[in-house]
Amino acid sequence: MLRFIFGRLAVLIPTFIGVSIIAFSFIRLLPGDPVMLMSGERVMSPERHAQIMTDLGLDRPIYIQYFDYLVNLLHGDFGSSIVTKRAVLDDFLQLFPATIELSLCAIILAVALGVPAGVLAAVKRGTWLDQTLMGTALVGYSMPIFWWGLLLVIFFSGYLGWTPVSGRISLMYFFPPVTGFMLIDSLLSGQAGAFKSAVTYLVLPTIVLATIPLAVIARQTRSAMLEVLGEDYVRTARSKGLSPFRVIGVHALRNALIPVITTIGLQVGVLLAGAILTETIFSWPGIGKWMVDSVFKRDYQVVQGGLMLIAAVIMVVNLIVDVLYGFINPRIRY
Amino acid sequence: MKKLSTLLAATAIATLMAGSAWSKTLVYCSEASPEGFDPGLYTGGQTFDASSRTVYNRLVEFKHGGTEIEPGLAESWEVSSDGTEYTFKLRPGVKFQTTEFFTPTRELNADDVIFSFERQYKADNPWNKYVAGASWEYFAGMGFPDLIQSITKVDDLTVKFKLKQAEAPFIANLGMDFASILSKEYADKLAADGKMELLNQQPLGTGPFTFVAYQTDAAIRYKANPDYWAGKEKIDDLVFAITTDAAIRAQKLKAGECHIMAYPNAADVAELKKDENLTVLEQEGLNVSYLAYNTLVAPFDKPEVRKALNMAVNKQAIVDAVFQGAATVAKNPIPPTMWSYNNAVEDDKFDPEAAKKMLADAGVKDLKMKIWAMPVARPYMLNARRAAELMQSDLAAIGVTVEIVSYEWAEYLKLSSAKDRDGAAILGWTGDNGDPDNFLDTLLGCDAVGGNNRAQWCNKEFDDLMTKAKATADVAERTKYYEEAQVIFKKEAPWNTLDHSLVFVPMNKKVTGFVMDPLGIHRFNGVDIAE
Amino acid sequence: MAVAEIKTATPPTGLAEFWFYFSRNKGAVIGFAIFLIILVLAIFAPWVTPHSPSAQNRDVLLLPPAFAAGGKWTYFLGTDAVGRDILSRLIFGARFSLFIGLVVVTLSVISGVLVGLIAGYFRGRTDTIIMRVMDIILAFPSLLLALVLVAVLGPGLLNAMIAISLVNLPHFVRLTRAAVMSERTKDYVIASRVAGAGTMRLMFLTILPNCLAPLIVQATLAFSAAILDAAALGFLGMGAQPPTPEWGTMLAEAREFIQRAWWVVTFPGLAILITVLAINLMGDGLRDALDPKLKRS
Repeated sequence: MLRFIFGRLAVLIPTFIGVSIIAFSFIRLLPGDPVMLMSGERVMSPERHAQIMTDLGLDRPIYIQYFDYLVNLLHGDFGSSIVTKRAVLDDFLQLFPATIELSLCAIILAVALGVPAGVLAAVKRGTWLDQTLMGTALVGYSMPIFWWGLLLVIFFSGYLGWTPVSGRISLMYFFPPVTGFMLIDSLLSGQAGAFKSAVTYLVLPTIVLATIPLAVIARQTRSAMLEVLGEDYVRTARSKGLSPFRVIGVHALRNALIPVITTIGLQVGVLLAGAILTETIFSWPGIGKWMVDSVFKRDYQVVQGGLMLIAAVIMVVNLIVDVLYGFINPRIRY
Repeated sequence: MKKLSTLLAATAIATLMAGSAWSKTLVYCSEASPEGFDPGLYTGGQTFDASSRTVYNRLVEFKHGGTEIEPGLAESWEVSSDGTEYTFKLRPGVKFQTTEFFTPTRELNADDVIFSFERQYKADNPWNKYVAGASWEYFAGMGFPDLIQSITKVDDLTVKFKLKQAEAPFIANLGMDFASILSKEYADKLAADGKMELLNQQPLGTGPFTFVAYQTDAAIRYKANPDYWAGKEKIDDLVFAITTDAAIRAQKLKAGECHIMAYPNAADVAELKKDENLTVLEQEGLNVSYLAYNTLVAPFDKPEVRKALNMAVNKQAIVDAVFQGAATVAKNPIPPTMWSYNNAVEDDKFDPEAAKKMLADAGVKDLKMKIWAMPVARPYMLNARRAAELMQSDLAAIGVTVEIVSYEWAEYLKLSSAKDRDGAAILGWTGDNGDPDNFLDTLLGCDAVGGNNRAQWCNKEFDDLMTKAKATADVAERTKYYEEAQVIFKKEAPWNTLDHSLVFVPMNKKVTGFVMDPLGIHRFNGVDIAE
Repeated sequence: MAVAEIKTATPPTGLAEFWFYFSRNKGAVIGFAIFLIILVLAIFAPWVTPHSPSAQNRDVLLLPPAFAAGGKWTYFLGTDAVGRDILSRLIFGARFSLFIGLVVVTLSVISGVLVGLIAGYFRGRTDTIIMRVMDIILAFPSLLLALVLVAVLGPGLLNAMIAISLVNLPHFVRLTRAAVMSERTKDYVIASRVAGAGTMRLMFLTILPNCLAPLIVQATLAFSAAILDAAALGFLGMGAQPPTPEWGTMLAEAREFIQRAWWVVTFPGLAILITVLAINLMGDGLRDALDPKLKRS
């Protein structure tokens, strides 16, 4: 097992270097010039432009810039934003909890609804219930979530006025961040109503972000269940007269969940991609929105550092999923 | 154990804050995150709203709601007869803010003023490069590095600026955001602590509001400065809720989540006006949007061709479709709210038939041209694509084939300045300081060809008027020159002047005392909330 | 064996069998029907649309749909901010979406299969390098990678398609490689090799046809995903550029009107949903019909 983990870690290193090369070279290839944008409509003199390029070190040969970048990376320095002049890593660490909170809630919602829906559909295979559930799942799977988010905002926030429109918590509440997770911080703050407020702000973005993973998990659970229900040991258990609840809940579900867990792990990338759209729609101050804004602002350093950090997160999560999979599925031996 | 105590401390602070959360709090839905909190480093209006207009003051201030200059931290000033020496008398007894992160021990003096300016141009000043990639855009943009000879302390409350030549708009420039006055004492302490970058994260000035906290991309919190020299504000707390999507800002305003919002979508204004809890203030923005021909390239070097094209475009249609009516058709290169606006100038009339004939008379047949459309929305042009499409179909009606091109924004700004640019470019300008020179000479002067002068238009007569107007401080005389210049501009038609947009500030009816500023800034001093 | 069955089941019976299984899935048939309708509308767009997609009628800016108060029957789904007919734009938009799907699938299938075949057939160092590169691509969230790629290449439809094809590539490479690896040791391949078949022949004529089933299913998924991704890029302002009547771009342009004109927001999104749903329904049907393992149950 340990050997497996170390083996995977060893593979991660060249991949990460590849990621750094890609992130670095992308940004050098970006057309447009962040220095030009500093002065807006007012044209900058060529001398001044050259001076600023020198100050930022952007006029040196590319390979030197890359080498410097790698050295700085080893020191945990991901560069500073050209626009805000703040350190990329600081911004990432400040904004990442918001994305984690949203993604965790979304995945919890997706699993909590998706697994039972899948099991139910499998057990009631071919009935109207199965068809309705799977039909709904396919609609969810086909959903352009940026549109879905807008619709929900129009209806629940605009028309019904039930949920707030954007943000993480009512501005009435203010407390210094302890964990960065608004749900936890609001509880810690001890302010009456803060937690409830945080929840209402979280509902719509969670639903939007959970939509696709929910559909995928429901479909995956159903087909995994169907497969397991056809296996001999389940038939045996049934014929022995065990209650259907026990057969499904204990024998079938446990085995069916193995591929479902892989699916859940694979949703991390999907979630982060979804977070880009969801956060943009709900002005959710997380890394998805941060990246989109930075791409538009031509903030070289942020896009570059952000790409690396996000890739690192995904790679680590995938590794964890692999390891977990090994624990759950005793048939796999490393 | 240490963790627990931090946690307890955090809870204690939070509880304290909770107490104040119920006091009079004004929430402003702002349009973007501030780039930082040192106004000298940046150019974004959202940054100025969040730093220079709340935390800081300047030597002189724009009158609330106008472009006239009034005393700020300087009580009075004198100009030498040749216009190159400005002596400012500082207001005595002005206190810097006391915050959790700094307690000042002295009041404002000449050192603070000198520090605030010298860091922006003296390369040997330790603050000149105190954050990675620091550059002083506005200071350079307004030509200060070439203008200022020296800044000297006469006594504690007197500062003298020596200029290299007379510059009539200098006083107006000192009212701009980059000229905000910072505390040298605070800066010295940060330098001693080795935390210089905090100057850009935890601002401290003399202004009406004290900075409390910035939650990245979410909110900025201030409280009223109890020691403010012009008296404490009526509201206790001020919160900027950063909401980048205009439609969502409007939703939040309607839902009561904020009291005032910045920049609504033109499309939403009618709806917001209908809401009985809201009022919508409106004002002509200090801006202009234009289509600049390249007057160096045939056939656009002929004024009659440019005029013919101008006459073929239905500008009212652009106002309707792009701004939903929230703009006025422009005839002059400066907005009507600016002094010296020449209302006697007559616009080229929309007349496709006459335009067609003029083109034929000029010997132009089957004209093919490019129109450059900006890729971004700016206050003066919300959707350049849409405007370009409208012009395209208008010009097709007189037999001109238009191809719409666009580039990434930085690229667009650069390429549109090129002297050999192929095509006419849509662009615009928002005034910095309310001085006509800031439009006319900056955008149309001979010096600006290959730069801000996107029409690449150099007219001797026009340029002479600009030079004369700069040399005198007499407003009546300057007005005369500028009015004449506008007549020449219209005759030569280097641009098709498209529109001046209206700026709206929708707000809750409970809010009193908010005044719109033509300079496009949002100021919250004097604002109150009725119970 | 199921695999052998497919191999011997050549066209006539294969197609009939395919249709037998496909048509048993009602959803798939409905999806197929909707897809056909959209396809026909897209092909004949200039003849079936009531207006030109770019014609601006300045008398009817933001006109509501016919069935809402104040609507006109001549503009069935209403008009947008410059008075263009939304229905006509949606129909023309179908062209772009289907075209995007087609181009992306073609690009990513061809290059993905090629690379996957090479990796799976040759193994060794080639394989390692290829798979490492695929890992790198997969280390980024697909939409983020596409977004940055488009920013690098410049916003526009063509670049959006290239970017989406690239982020789709690893799926096809992995799928092909896995299939090739499981096939290359099978008896029939070894038999061909012994019979003297060359590398090319083995790769393309012997192995590839037997990996087709999962590839077709994946291609269908990629088709609908490409439409969604292109619309998302358009929505973020990095896809097709206005005035192109691409659905995502239309949505992005319509966003400022969500307070005032629900129809400019609702219909483009609905068009995306319906199209993607139809294709996914077909995809499910295809999987049922082509996946021998599920066929048994």
